[in-house]
Amino acid sequence: MELNWMAWTWQTGLFFAGIASLLLILTLLAMFRPETERVGVLGIATTRGDRLFISLLGSAFIHLAWLGIVGQPLWWASGLALLYAAAVFRFV
Amino acid sequence: MKPVNQKAWLLVLPVLLIVAFSAVIPLMTVVNYSVQDSFGNNQFFWNGVGWFAELLDPKSDLGSRFYDSLWRNLAFSAIILAIEIPLGILVALSMPREGWTVSATLVLMALPLLIPWNVVGTIWQIFARGDIGLFGAAVNGLGIRYNYVSDPVAAWFTIVVMDVWHWTSLVALLCYAGLKSIPDAYYQAARIDGASRWAVFRTIQLPKMNRVLLIAVLLRFMDSFMIYTEPFVVTGGGPGNSTTFLSIELVKLALGQFDLGKAAALSIVYNLIILAVCWVFYTVMTTADARADSEAGRG
Repeated sequence: MELNWMAWTWQTGLFFAGIASLLLILTLLAMFRPETERVGVLGIATTRGDRLFISLLGSAFIHLAWLGIVGQPLWWASGLALLYAAAVFRFV
Repeated sequence: MKPVNQKAWLLVLPVLLIVAFSAVIPLMTVVNYSVQDSFGNNQFFWNGVGWFAELLDPKSDLGSRFYDSLWRNLAFSAIILAIEIPLGILVALSMPREGWTVSATLVLMALPLLIPWNVVGTIWQIFARGDIGLFGAAVNGLGIRYNYVSDPVAAWFTIVVMDVWHWTSLVALLCYAGLKSIPDAYYQAARIDGASRWAVFRTIQLPKMNRVLLIAVLLRFMDSFMIYTEPFVVTGGGPGNSTTFLSIELVKLALGQFDLGKAAALSIVYNLIILAVCWVFYTVMTTADARADSEAGRG
């Protein structure tokens, strides 16, 4: 199958592979370490998947905000997003 | 709470496959486009986050177009929500509760919802014309200058009225469903207590409509934030750029100028905004549901 039209680059490939592996890890965790929902600082019941979603969506906005307010490079934004994700998984 | 059995996910696999082809792969392609500059003949050049930087910079051409259409779109959503939600509640409250008029009203109310978007656009494009349109000619006949082709205010007015005409029924029908679920005993109790019409609305009807209203707001916000067909048919985004909403801007970029990179960056940011709003609404809705269920369980 021709995939030229999808215009892959190794950077975006890495990005999607990262997200796919995160999903895979969550699936394996759900199979071998079943969890129950818990209520965190936001006052809503969340599972690991919810927390991953909140982390990813928030990280996207952190990167966009950094790009809009500070500009490039984005390494600090990525660091901030990692901290944010850790906080989400710990407290939400 | 006991752990959930995850085997049911296997049954969702066929849907996942279909979604992969209809949504995930196109979305991946958009992400790929957004970091590259494209030329004809499938030539792509790496641009990193360049398009995003330009998009978020209000001083650049792309950025100013993005922010302008974003504010325009938010204003449009705010206006139609401010009109359609109260109006829908009012209509639902005045709809008949029993007898043959119920079906007649329901059919009448559902009619605008059944008309395809582009037809709605065409109807209003003709209806609001000053020369051959009933509405436009009537307004002009009253001595009010009204021409949606040249006047931005008239264009906005036309599109807002069109959306209200098209979608208030949805809000009304949802509210009506909420109202129907209120047992008669509530009203009898209110009558015994000598409650006023307003008190009945505030303490019985509005709380019971809470959930459907949330759904109505979510649906109307999403739909108006993604509106494309109607303004495209009626005004084509004009006069000037005054009714160029986000989706119209996006199509101009992607198909008019064929700037795939810029358009992809814009659509990703657009998508993220919608995703965030959807998530907030969904969370509020499910949390409210869970709370209502647990309260019902206790009571």
